[in-house]
Amino acid sequence: MANAPERDAHSGTTTTGHEWDGLKELNTPLPTWWLWTFYATIAFSLLWLVLYPALPFTGTGLLGSIARQEADADHAARIAAAEPMLARLRQAELPEILADAELRAYAIAGGRTAFGNSCAGCHGAGGQGAAGGFPSLADDDWLWGGRLAEIEQTIRHGIRAPDDAETRLSQMPRFLADGMLTAAQVGDVAEHVLSLSGRGTDAAAAARGASLFAENCVACHGERGEGNRELGAPSLADAVWLYGGDRASVARSISYARAGVMPAWGARLDPAVIRMLVVYLHSLGGTEGQ
Amino acid sequence: MTSIPSPEQLAPEEQPLYAPRKRVYPQAVRGPVRRVKWAVLILCLGLYYLLPWLRWDRGPGMPDQAVLVDMAQGRLFFFWLEIWPQEVYYLTGLLVLGAIAIFAATSVAGRVWCGFACPQTVWTDLFMLVERWIEGDRNARMRRDRKKVWSWEDRGRKAAKHAAWLFIAQATGGAWVNYFNDAPTLFLQFLHVEVPLGVLGCMALFTFTTYLLAGWAREQVCTYMCPWPRFQSAMLDADSFVVAYRAWRGETRGKAKDPKAGDCVDCGACVHACPTGVDIRDGYQMGCIGCGLCIDACDDIMRKLGRAPGLIAFETDVNLAASAAATSALPPGEARLAPGMAARRIPRLIRPRSLMYAGVACVVAALMVFGLATRQEVALDVLRDRQPVYVRLSDGGIRNGYALKLSDRRHASAQLAVQVEGLPRGASWQVLDGPGLDAAGRPLVATQADGVAEWRLLVTLPAAALPPAESTPVTIRLLPPGGGHALASSATVFLRPKP
Repeated sequence: MANAPERDAHSGTTTTGHEWDGLKELNTPLPTWWLWTFYATIAFSLLWLVLYPALPFTGTGLLGSIARQEADADHAARIAAAEPMLARLRQAELPEILADAELRAYAIAGGRTAFGNSCAGCHGAGGQGAAGGFPSLADDDWLWGGRLAEIEQTIRHGIRAPDDAETRLSQMPRFLADGMLTAAQVGDVAEHVLSLSGRGTDAAAAARGASLFAENCVACHGERGEGNRELGAPSLADAVWLYGGDRASVARSISYARAGVMPAWGARLDPAVIRMLVVYLHSLGGTEGQ
Repeated sequence: MTSIPSPEQLAPEEQPLYAPRKRVYPQAVRGPVRRVKWAVLILCLGLYYLLPWLRWDRGPGMPDQAVLVDMAQGRLFFFWLEIWPQEVYYLTGLLVLGAIAIFAATSVAGRVWCGFACPQTVWTDLFMLVERWIEGDRNARMRRDRKKVWSWEDRGRKAAKHAAWLFIAQATGGAWVNYFNDAPTLFLQFLHVEVPLGVLGCMALFTFTTYLLAGWAREQVCTYMCPWPRFQSAMLDADSFVVAYRAWRGETRGKAKDPKAGDCVDCGACVHACPTGVDIRDGYQMGCIGCGLCIDACDDIMRKLGRAPGLIAFETDVNLAASAAATSALPPGEARLAPGMAARRIPRLIRPRSLMYAGVACVVAALMVFGLATRQEVALDVLRDRQPVYVRLSDGGIRNGYALKLSDRRHASAQLAVQVEGLPRGASWQVLDGPGLDAAGRPLVATQADGVAEWRLLVTLPAAALPPAESTPVTIRLLPPGGGHALASSATVFLRPKP
């Protein structure tokens, strides 16, 4: 042989012959099986390239794998797997759902998701509501009734939903805008309304407002402002104010009225999903029995 | 006829980039170390194969396998213990304990783990035993592998060996899946050929890896794959026992009858016995797994020569140096034996390093025992509602909502009363859809036997009773119905709007 490789005196190992500034590199090669393992991984990746859609312009790969179709199939399988529970929810009465721990837990979990999808935009992620006419669903103050059946009715048909004949509908007159009361009279009525929850400051104005209140407001809101859920008239004597409870907000409500809206979900959601929503709202703690 | 040059004869540019494997043909040995290794092997394999079959009565509805990893239910059963997924730190503790125990053992006695108890060593030993039974000992195997053409007998023996290896490998995989399934049920499923596909896949994987690692890879695992040999020297010092060649006694090597030679007759028995193919006379090295088979092989030769055993022995560096110093002036051979052995000192087993490892191991073990001993059977987790943080009620009162999560390890459901402490008089609380009230008017919850139950707790303070602070610390306790010592409790807060 031309040049016998140099042998390092200390370790007894041959050198590669490379030298940098007097330092020489020992030749300590990897085992051959390691090399073959490396080749095997390359072969594996080539196989993968052909089997799966990895190369551009070659379609789906030999296995015909399309991620979108697989996701769709997976989704359909999950829907089908949920169907037995959904069927039970459609058939069971609300009290039965609440009494059955398994059904209740399923409904609360499903209802939480459905609430996030359809309701949280207005009512908040935890049903806490938002300022400006989006009521809290966790408290005990209900415009249209807080029993589960009443809530189910409200979800199904909405409030002032234009496309639903059974929708919840109430109409308060715009007392100032339509010329029914003068601005001074509106101020007096507002003072009276504040006094209903013990917050009045001007007894004379409140007294003037009381007679105007009796003429114009008691039909819906009741003599002491206790409200009427049949008509969707809110209580004016409690601590919860949908549009703000300060004097200016109350005066504005009297002057121009308020008319919040909510879509009718009966045509959009599966009856089982609406059931789950009701049970979820019940779990928030503010509902009033069956 | 041209001869194939060995890599060393090639020019630097022509040298291969990859090293061909040097085949190792370990020779059978007999002796005390070998006997200990057989005993450890029988113990380890016996434990591994038989443990899943051990029964342990946990009552109705519970698995009666002593050691079982129940993936579907998320439970780890170990005799009287039942570990839940959220307690994976016990497993972590066990692994930490194992690692430190190996550190401690290594600092005292070198790589005893590698040489005696490591699964790679145990299974390789078993595979080598089978190989020896079927193919014969070292010389017969080397002769067969050097043959250019195998006779039918050679082929038959090779085939029989691989069949036996595959059988052991299959049994290994078959035992592994028993730790994750009820062993008798799985066995019946095997008999009826209705084993779940996932189980078969696991078995196939473990069969393949066992066959590959114990049959083919062997010492390559220790020298190329395992990280442990790379840093085990950090645990060793001059007082650690390692497998050592007493060079002061053996050198200069020579013929048995040579009066000027040392005790080593250069017979090669130690190299032939080595399962990783190293020469221990080159000193302690990475390839040495500390199994000590060379000790048995050398002692056998020394006995035959009528010389004292222990030319290779478990010995410390300190003693090697002491013996060498005591005998350097003496002529090689028998004259060195007595003074050399006399120069040895009792090894310092208790020293800062071993004490530290043992101490850390004790601390971890004590922590785990403490954790297990004080583990609550009923645990309460309280998750405060964050959206909304509080609810204003129509009468001006404030309500806070909490999710109660009760995990109960007991195998029967129980009712517990919920007590809320830390709020002013007038506070009231209710459990939504709970099972009722106890005699003292406290709401009840029912735990889920061997599982987690979730309930919603609503705590209300009337407007008149609201504390001035925005946040009030609250303790929620679970009591036996009617009162008594709390089984579990959790701290949280009650929030109100800014006054």
